[in-house]
Amino acid sequence: MITELGHFALILAFMVAVVQMVVPLIGAHKRWPGWMAVAEPAANAQFLLTAFAFGALAWAFITSDFSLRLVVLNSHSAKPMLYKISGTWGNHEGSMLLWVLIVTLFGAMAAWFGGGLPPTLKARVLSVQSAIAVAFFAFILFTSNPFLRLAVPPFDGQDLNPLLQDPGLAFHPPFLYLGYVGLSMAFSFAVAALIEGRIDAAWGRWVRPWTLAAWIFLTIGIALGSWWAYYELGWGGFWFWDPVENASFMPWLLAAALLHSAIVVEKREALKSWTILLAILAFGFSLIGTFIVRSGLLTSVHAFANDPERGIFILIILAVFTGGALTLFAMRAGAMEAKGVFGMISRESAVVTNNILLAVACFVVFTGTMWPLIAEMFFDRKLSVGPPFFNMAFTPFMVGLGLIMPVGAMLPWKRGRLGRAIWSLRYAFVLAVALGGMAWAMQTGRSMLGPVGLMLGSWMVFGALVDLWSRTGRSGGRLGRLLRLPRADWGKACAHAGLGITMFAIAGLTAWQQEDIRVVQMGEPFDVGAYTLTLQDVVQEEGPNYFVTAGAVTLAKDGREIAQMRPEKRQYPVARMPTTEAAIDYRFLRDVYVVLGDRQADGGWTMRTYVKPLTNWIWGGCLLMALGGALSLSDRRFRVAAGARRVAAQQVAAE
Amino acid sequence: MKRLVLAMGLIYTVALAGLIVANPVWAVQPDEVLDDPVLETRARELSKELRCLVCRNESIDESNADLARDLRLLLRERLVAGDSDEAAIAFIVDRYGEYVLLRPTTDGSNWLLWAAGPLMLLLAGGAGLGYLRGRERAPKSHEATLNAAEQERLRQILDE
Repeated sequence: MITELGHFALILAFMVAVVQMVVPLIGAHKRWPGWMAVAEPAANAQFLLTAFAFGALAWAFITSDFSLRLVVLNSHSAKPMLYKISGTWGNHEGSMLLWVLIVTLFGAMAAWFGGGLPPTLKARVLSVQSAIAVAFFAFILFTSNPFLRLAVPPFDGQDLNPLLQDPGLAFHPPFLYLGYVGLSMAFSFAVAALIEGRIDAAWGRWVRPWTLAAWIFLTIGIALGSWWAYYELGWGGFWFWDPVENASFMPWLLAAALLHSAIVVEKREALKSWTILLAILAFGFSLIGTFIVRSGLLTSVHAFANDPERGIFILIILAVFTGGALTLFAMRAGAMEAKGVFGMISRESAVVTNNILLAVACFVVFTGTMWPLIAEMFFDRKLSVGPPFFNMAFTPFMVGLGLIMPVGAMLPWKRGRLGRAIWSLRYAFVLAVALGGMAWAMQTGRSMLGPVGLMLGSWMVFGALVDLWSRTGRSGGRLGRLLRLPRADWGKACAHAGLGITMFAIAGLTAWQQEDIRVVQMGEPFDVGAYTLTLQDVVQEEGPNYFVTAGAVTLAKDGREIAQMRPEKRQYPVARMPTTEAAIDYRFLRDVYVVLGDRQADGGWTMRTYVKPLTNWIWGGCLLMALGGALSLSDRRFRVAAGARRVAAQQVAAE
Repeated sequence: MKRLVLAMGLIYTVALAGLIVANPVWAVQPDEVLDDPVLETRARELSKELRCLVCRNESIDESNADLARDLRLLLRERLVAGDSDEAAIAFIVDRYGEYVLLRPTTDGSNWLLWAAGPLMLLLAGGAGLGYLRGRERAPKSHEATLNAAEQERLRQILDE
């Protein structure tokens, strides 16, 4: 019964979405307040109905209702409760429902917080947002309905893919979708502004919190996914340049570019048309990502069901939305005349450089991801593009970005002097070189990657700190002023430093990782780097819905035991799939990562041990970036509420 | 085969410029490892550049598929036989096609792939420079002008 109500609510939400797409748009065009006012209650209704539909599906998973096809395919009565719940979105249909739920959530939030928007713009934003929802409602209802029943329900389900039965993966997709779909708000604002024919500083201020929020969620989502891959796949890798990973990375790069260029629109009324274009492209890449994951067009480790019909449907959605928006963009480009005047050396030009590097980096990832397809279609070559290509072609852009970031962040708006910005960074530079030199002196005969990474990373971190400090003025009481700086300044420093830390950690891990593969006899200690490991015992046990072979390993350093580790191999009988649970001893400076392999004929066990320096710093840096975004967002909210006046006053004062 | 393992107390450092290391559980087995650490390091490096043909986007270094193991052994055989890196790779490409290369070659239409980034950077850099020039020379008076309606709105906001 609840399932049918959920199905009905979903259809109803679809109807409401169609109304919300059409009525406010006409209302805004004809200036009919009544028609425009439809948008707000419709957005709320749409969200509540979709939430109910999602709740109904989640309920079916929680109660293990095996008359539902989707539950049978992705759940099992013995599965722990957390994974019954996360199983709701651990499959194609359910994750699409989550996706559209988030679309409607953002629509409703625009209705709640959009009080300050001009009525026509608000009506148009909600209408465009609803158009996106309509497309995805139709997609769900016509090609991927989660509410299909089975005539003869089986006794039990087929279980969720064991790799997905993990806390990290329970929360990875919701964050990622919040990010992807958050970009739909930027898109809706861009298209609404194009229809409106008016893009000004206020528009920049409105669109920035949404972009920032989307970017924060994407950052967390990508970091979670990467962390999950690190500990769960048992490869110890954290980034594989897989098409699906690239699909989430491309919108992240563009969102990062967008949230910088929106500042220029807001503060300087320049870069307008570029910002609009970025907003369209960023969401376009979110759609491309969805397409890549769901169509099975590109082979990937974690693609969902490969269904050409669904792929074509999403391709049509992609073509209609990005194509339509770009056409509109071409028609209205003339209306977006820039106002701000600035010199070749200025904060504005630094942001332009940032945008060029980020956008071209995104283009490189896109080309690499799509190249196998292009080569096959146009040149009749069957080839692969893998990590070696991406590492070579992508990394230079990030290095360039890291090099110019501290300088660009120090430059003043309008017109600056390069020499002065660099001079104020002299201590950061000296410190970075010193640290890099120290790392180089301490290692012997290894690659230059580690020292260079340390130098670049600390240049970015210290640069961010210098930037923050320089904002406290010249004379006494600077420490007090530091604490009273606007949160946006802290956010900027935090996010920039976070990027530096992540870059350093990736370089350090890559350069200084130690690996050991061997057959281990029970009780015989062996050394890896500075550590001594001993396999004490191997036991067979039973988990809630799996069998487990677990090793007991002691980790010692300088003859002193520092940890007991338990690497596991699990066998999920229902899904008939093995997984490995690596044992990881997390420490501040390094992880020791132990994986248990197969039993050998002589009674020994294959074991893989890695000493991985700085891994936590990769995600620590990501968290710092997200925190920076959150700080900046909280500052914004403060200003959006009380701020129109202050911003206007500042702009007048600045002239 | 076990002798290989016993012969080596192998602790070697993977120090790879520009390569992100990703080794799976079942990938390289102890019995595959070569006696000569220099050869073995070369083999590992090369394995990361070769695709496991039956897997989804994994290198033979990461993969646990039988075919990947065969390829790893074949590669080591070639290296032991004295092949250079290029010759060993060419040997495998001859048999399995360029699909096995994770780092695509630069010949033929592939130059487009490799040049895409730099070309786009030049293009975008040129466009950006043109834009900045334009902004620099734009008439100054343009900047602060608000039309009548905007000025009215600004006054309202300031009065609030």
